[in-house]
Formats: sequence, C-alpha cells, structure tokens
Amino acid sequence: MRFQFLLGEIGNGLRRNLSMAVSVVIVTMISMYLLGLGLMGQRQVDTMKDYWYDRVQVTVMLCAEKTRFTNCAGEATTDAQRTAIKAELEALKPTVKEVYYESRDEAYDRFKQTYKNSPLARAGESYFADSYRVNLNDAGKFDVVASSIKGMPGVADVQDQKKLLEKFFTFMNTVSWAAIALSSLMVLAAVMLISTTIRQTAFSRRRETGIMRLVGASNFTIRFPFVMETVLSSVLGAVLAMGMLWATVRYGVVGFLSQTLTDTAFIGVADVYYVAPFVIVGVIVLSSLTSWVTLRRYLRV
Amino acid sequence: MILFENVTKTYPRTTRPALDDVSLEIPRGEFAFVVGTSGSGKSTMMQLVMKEQDVTRGRVLVAGRDLDRLPERKVPALRREIGCVFQDFRLLPNKTVFQNVAYALQVLGSSRARIRQTVPETLELVGLAGMEKRLPHQLSGGEQQRVAIARAFVNRPPILLADEPTGNLDPDTSLGIVQLLDRINRTGTTVVMATHDTVTVDAMRKRVIRLDRGVLVSDMEAGDYTTGSIPRIRLEEEAEAPRRADEPEASDGYDDGDPTAYDEPDGLPPIGRDADEPRSRGGIFRRHKAVQTSDR
Repeated sequence: MRFQFLLGEIGNGLRRNLSMAVSVVIVTMISMYLLGLGLMGQRQVDTMKDYWYDRVQVTVMLCAEKTRFTNCAGEATTDAQRTAIKAELEALKPTVKEVYYESRDEAYDRFKQTYKNSPLARAGESYFADSYRVNLNDAGKFDVVASSIKGMPGVADVQDQKKLLEKFFTFMNTVSWAAIALSSLMVLAAVMLISTTIRQTAFSRRRETGIMRLVGASNFTIRFPFVMETVLSSVLGAVLAMGMLWATVRYGVVGFLSQTLTDTAFIGVADVYYVAPFVIVGVIVLSSLTSWVTLRRYLRV
Repeated sequence: MILFENVTKTYPRTTRPALDDVSLEIPRGEFAFVVGTSGSGKSTMMQLVMKEQDVTRGRVLVAGRDLDRLPERKVPALRREIGCVFQDFRLLPNKTVFQNVAYALQVLGSSRARIRQTVPETLELVGLAGMEKRLPHQLSGGEQQRVAIARAFVNRPPILLADEPTGNLDPDTSLGIVQLLDRINRTGTTVVMATHDTVTVDAMRKRVIRLDRGVLVSDMEAGDYTTGSIPRIRLEEEAEAPRRADEPEASDGYDDGDPTAYDEPDGLPPIGRDADEPRSRGGIFRRHKAVQTSDR
C-alpha cells in the first residue's frame, strides 16, 4: 500500500511539475553528452596511442655525400661503419625489437608511392639517405637508443616518430579535456537546477508535506517522492545522452571516420557501453545527493 | 500523558519568553482548555508538545517520552500518537473529504482494506456520513473542521491537540465542534484545546489552564472555571448537571458514568466500542510497533 501510495505521489509530482522535470532531463542530457564526448575523446587518444606506439619507429639516418649533418663531415657512411651501427643496434635487444635496413632508393620509391598525388613527389632523390628503421619494444625507450647511437661515426641523425605523434595526441587530449571541463560546468548547472526544482516543488507541495509531518509520516515517506522525481528525470536525461553518444560513435566514428581514414584505429560502440554504466550511476548518485541535501535545508521535519 | 516541568521557551531574538517557567500535568483521558489572549503562549505550548519547537529550559514529557532527549528520527513516531487540529483546517483542496481523511492513513502505510473500513467509520463519528465525495470548498466551515478532526483522529491517537479549532467559526458551530471533541475525549483520548472562546469554555465545565504572557496564572479543575461573563449559549442539561467527579480517570476508554447523562446533544450515534478501542488488527500492530521503536 505504502509503495503504491509513494508511486502515486511520484506520478502526481511529475505530472504537476512537468516543465521542471523536462528541464532537468534536458540539462542532464546535454551535460552528460558533453561529458561522454570528452570521455570518448580520451579513449580515442588511448586507442590511437596503443595503435601507433606499436608501429612508431626510430629512424637512424646514415650519412650521404654532402649532407649538412656535422657528424658526417660531408662523407658518406662506409660499409664498416654500417656494420658497426647494425651490431650496436642488435646489441640493444631486447629494447630494440627489430632492425630493418632501408636504402636510399627504397626510401625514395616509398616516398613517391605514398605522396604520388602530391606536389611533394617532385622532391629529388638527394633529399633521401640510407637508414636503419628500428622498432622498439617500448616506444618510451627512445632515449636509450638515441644516446648510444647518435654519436657513432656514420650516423647523421636519430629521429623519433613518437615525438611527432605526441604533438597530435596532446592536441586531441586538450580538446577532450576541454569537453570534460565544459561538461563539468553543465553538471554544475544541472545540480543547481535540481536544487531549484526541488525548492520549487517542496514549496508548491508544502500543504501536503505539512500534513504528512503532522500525522507522523517518516522522513523517508515525505522525502522519497521528491528524491525519486529528480532521480528519475536525471536518469532519463543520462540515458538519452548515452543514446546520443552511441549514435555519434556508431554512425559518426564507426560508420564514417573509420571507413574514410583506414590507416588508424578508432573507438567503437564497446567504448560507449563501457562508459555508460559509470555515467548513469554517477548521475543517480549526484541527483539523489543533491536532492537529499536540498530537502534537508528546505523541508524541515 | 503530558507533563511540563518548569518549561521556559524563548524565541531567538526576543527578550520576553513565550512560556515562562510553566509546570503542569495533563493526565491520560483528560479534557483541558488552554486559554489566554493572543500571544499568551497557547500555540507555543501546543508546538512544544508536538516537538515543532524545542524548550529553552525545563522538560516536556509526552506519552512517556522526554522530548528534549528524543532524537530527530523518532519525532514522527511521537506525532503518530498526537492528532492535531488547527484554526485554518489545513485540508487539501483538491482531495475529497474521503481522500483527505484517508491521506493520513496512506502516508503511514495502512492497507487499503483498513482505509476502506476506518475512514467511513471516522466520518460517521464526526457527523459527516454521506459527504465522502464532497470537496472541501463545498463544505461549511464547521464541516471542514469536522473533516480535519476526522483526519486527526482516524489513527486513533491517544492525544488530540486543538489549536483554536473554533477561531474561524460562529458560536453555534463552535459549540458543535467542542462537543465533538468532548465525545472523542470520552473514548479515552486526552484532548487539549487552546482557545479564547470564553463562551464555549464556560459551557463545557472542564479543566481550564490560563496563560498570560507566557505565565501560568491559573489552573482550575473541571467546573471551577468561569470567565465571569454570562454565556450566551447554555446547554440546559450540561449546565445543570453536577460536576463530573470521574472526569480525569476515564483512561480505560469506557464511559463508566450513567449513559443517559451523555445523551448526545448533536444527535449523532454514540461512539461505540469500535471507535472506543481502535483495536482492529492493524491498529494494534501499529500502536505496538510505535511504542517499541520509541523504547529502543
């Protein structure tokens, strides 16, 4: 009976304060959507890191005639130097995973292949040099390789692709943090809106709550309908937000981006499923806490 | 049942106490008027009993509970033992008479069967049989107050507080309300009524506690009190009847006096055993439960 009565009270309250409930739904939805986008951005960065850090290489460029690198002194790398460098790299295992040799011609061909539709393809062969391409077991160990190879005779330069990628990742990270920061502002707005809504409903129902108090209804009976109204509307908002996020990832990322840009990894809907429970539980906790605290202040028992 | 021990209540930012060193006892089953002008502390007294306010000094005991030491979460259990009626009725305007009375049971989690049984019984008791489907604005002031009394009494609380229940009513209607409270009192319910309606007080010949600016100035046994004014309404039988000696011990809930002496003046059915003892199964369960929780 009491359960039914409480359900009825919740229904009545939602019906009578529909516009307030709708505003709570919308604000929660937008804030949680933004938060979700931010979290997805973070996961995208993580996914790309995982993908790329397995593939990034350290390039040990060797000397060619007339290169500007001071270490070369204008001389091309000799075969003896080559062997020494190769041996040194092999000695660095297991930090070094694999070592490939790429000759100047191969490098030039590969470049022309990659950029065949670009004006860069007209660059001459002289821009290229022989090199060792080194895969690392741990992409973070570049410095170990660099320090032992860099000064060796015949080595023009040691380059880390990771450095280039990192700039890109930092950019993506910043964007996703900005989304999270924005969403936290929205969450603040949602919290204040919930608090205002509760004050409003508590005021409009002060007659009923007054009588409940008089006849000795427990605090739980008096407050539960208010709390449930806000929790229900904010959870609805969060569920809608997660739906929107799912659609964004499903049709925007999986359906479009990953079809278009095939040579990198993207997040999938699984990432939405992973994030959604945390977001929804978070919203439940946040809205019930907010409403409980507000009720303590505005609904004296 | 209700005990005040040197109770002083001073509201914040005021110098004069609303109640000043008041000590009194209202035993179980008594009917007591609290009289005094506006601002004399009548309502404060009521609110202290309800624990709507806390005492500044002294001690208030209600139904075996020391209110000063009663934790916040046990206040609802205390209020379940107290029915409350106000000058402004406080009915829910969008609910019918039946729903208004049933509301008190619903929020306490009574079963539907119990509501269907108790609410019509109580409405009949207060003289509103057949008006279940009316809305409050379709009722007269007196009828609205009867609904409020029904709501306060539907749980059969051992104490009924009435704060100026006749303040908005004309003298004839007021008398009807007070007689109804008297009938409820005779079921064993302790009734405390704050009022400044001297006419009714004179007519009823009950205990009268007089407050003046927060000080207890007199506390007269049933029948001793008169305001000195000539009552405009006089109940022949009541006025001439000898003072009832058995008044304060009506705690067993039974009327052991001569039943003919209580020929109901308002022509309503006498309160039978059912109303006397609200001991339907649910009632007993609830009451015991409430007592147990308060003992812990």
